[in-house]
Amino acid sequence: MIQDFGWGSLQFLFLGLLWTAGLAFITFIAGGILGMLFALGRTLGPACIRIPIKIYIELIQATPLLIVVFLAYYGLSFLGLYLPPLAAAAISMTVYATAFLADIWRGCIEAVPKGQWEAADSLGLSGSERLRYVILPQALRIAVGPTVGFMVQIVKNTSVTALIGFVELTRAGTLLNNMTFQPFHVFMSVAAMYFIVCYPLSWWSEKLKERRHANSAAN
Amino acid sequence: MAYEMNFAPVLARAPELIDGAIATIELSAKSICIGLIIGLGVALIRFNRVPILKNIAAFYVETFRNTPLLVQLFLLFFGLPFLGVRLTATESAIVAVSLNLGAYSAEIFRAGLDAIPKTQIEAGLALGLSRLQTMRYVVILPALKVIYPSLTGQLTLTLLGTSITSAISATELTLAGAKIESQTFRSLETYIVLAVMYIAITFTFRAVYTLVGKWLFRRKVPKASIVAATIMDEETSQ
Amino acid sequence: MPTVLRIDNLTKAYGALTVLNGVNIEIETGDVVAVIGRSGSGKSTMLRCINGLEKFQGGTIEVAGHKLGSGKSNLRALRTDVGMVFQSYNLFPHLTVAENITLAPKVVRKLPKSEHPELVKSVLARVGLSDKAESYPDELSGGQQQRVAIARSLAMQPKVMLFDEVTSALDPELTGEVLKTITELAETGMTMVLVTHEMGFARGVANKTVFMNEGLVWEAGPSAEMFDNPKTEELRCFIQPNLK
Repeated sequence: MIQDFGWGSLQFLFLGLLWTAGLAFITFIAGGILGMLFALGRTLGPACIRIPIKIYIELIQATPLLIVVFLAYYGLSFLGLYLPPLAAAAISMTVYATAFLADIWRGCIEAVPKGQWEAADSLGLSGSERLRYVILPQALRIAVGPTVGFMVQIVKNTSVTALIGFVELTRAGTLLNNMTFQPFHVFMSVAAMYFIVCYPLSWWSEKLKERRHANSAAN
Repeated sequence: MAYEMNFAPVLARAPELIDGAIATIELSAKSICIGLIIGLGVALIRFNRVPILKNIAAFYVETFRNTPLLVQLFLLFFGLPFLGVRLTATESAIVAVSLNLGAYSAEIFRAGLDAIPKTQIEAGLALGLSRLQTMRYVVILPALKVIYPSLTGQLTLTLLGTSITSAISATELTLAGAKIESQTFRSLETYIVLAVMYIAITFTFRAVYTLVGKWLFRRKVPKASIVAATIMDEETSQ
Repeated sequence: MPTVLRIDNLTKAYGALTVLNGVNIEIETGDVVAVIGRSGSGKSTMLRCINGLEKFQGGTIEVAGHKLGSGKSNLRALRTDVGMVFQSYNLFPHLTVAENITLAPKVVRKLPKSEHPELVKSVLARVGLSDKAESYPDELSGGQQQRVAIARSLAMQPKVMLFDEVTSALDPELTGEVLKTITELAETGMTMVLVTHEMGFARGVANKTVFMNEGLVWEAGPSAEMFDNPKTEELRCFIQPNLK
């Protein structure tokens, strides 16, 4: 029985959007915390920490997200844990986000001019004091633009979890399409909803980057 | 439900996996060629501020960069038949991936063009070079060098992104894996093998990009960086 | 006057390139020493070896009672006694002038917060910027930023201050105000080593001058004598176009 595409359909999609937002949020928090630890470990840790982290980042960045999602999904059941698709989705997205955020933030730490490290050293600050008072505050300011930009990637990439049955916005769209057979209406609405979330974030990210470039050019 | 991993059934079907890998590389290569041409065209339109076209270009770039590839794929694959256009799954995949890459590469190319100081162009013109000659001799190579990490990073993302086209059963590696998985029931093993294959393909391509870069720039070569492509921020992603 | 800085046979190489070939210098408390020479003569490298920003392969450095050489050295303790001012100021952009000044005293010397305002006032007065305590570095001119950098270094009460081409990045008008500040500092008896291109300053303010060439101390002595009667051909050629 083919349904009509109407207000109810949009509400259904909106529910999917909420799940998308939720997954993106979890991913960003979990990936953010781990990514921060990995970035610090990669920049400042001893070789026995730096190298495994580097390998982790390189491998995740060389694997399609969809494969990581499938690995999490089948890996969980392999371990005997029968959890809803949300678990596999959250785990795989976190693994993916950690790798990228760690790399981005490492870049931000390294972007702090060498002179700052030297000035802090010359004043007699210890390694951790130097980090805490001079380097990290500046690295964080540098990081805001790219990080917001990456949040856009996270939101878009949640769509991949549709393929393990997690009912986020894209999967809601597929289900709706199977009920209404109006792919244009359905997927245009889906695209519009992603756009409404992503475009402001993209715009904000560009503004932040522009502002920082203007500031560092003025100095 | 397997308590022990057994790769044998999966590895026994290596020929299908190899075919899948070749299909992925083919799909990527075709999409990359088309996508880069689209991207360059769009970037030039925006850089030269061609009236009306530049607004269409901006609209195109923003919509494709702020919506997921999977949605673009579904829209094309399920939507086109209603317009009377019947493409195979693989053809739809190529169109979707090309359009997607076109938008991202347009931005990357634009950043490259913007990175060349106006004074360089003025110097070229002052020497008597035409606009076209100035672009060719003064602008293109330095601009390419600046964006090389972002661009090659984006190409890597594109290749990895083709795995999503398995959702509409386009012929590529992930689909081959899915077939094997559904027949051997060795799900985890299959995807581990797929991961290894994708990693191998990616590393190989990155080596190729590095070599191409060495030849193009003949001096220090910037490393292919997915992060550079992801965040489009040259400063923090070297 | 007692020797406060002694460099013995300092050698340093970057891979195959030898930058310092056996530098020997002795400086007494209260000396103001100008180090001059061409680019690449090793002057900045030598300066940066003194506070451990550059490592070196041979020789020893003894400064303000701290030793640098083979074996471990407590760089942090050394750096609280030896201050450095950089060519690019390196002020911390996310902190106000006052916060820049009090950061190290607070964190390294554990100076209580109640004493911060007094410290800020006194060092800013010495560099003539008393009204800039709450400004941010990007609100100041280059010359002002450099003077804040000097104040920041002074706040740690160093025994020796190193200046690495501190006016090279400044416009001529701004150079003057920084040189004035440095001159006043010299008059208070601070021991200073300045790598500089300002020959007038070297001759007029520094009591000793060291001319470096090819990674060695080519000539050294009282400034007036060095500039009036250069003993070596190289120094003669170097000074000729440079002295106003």
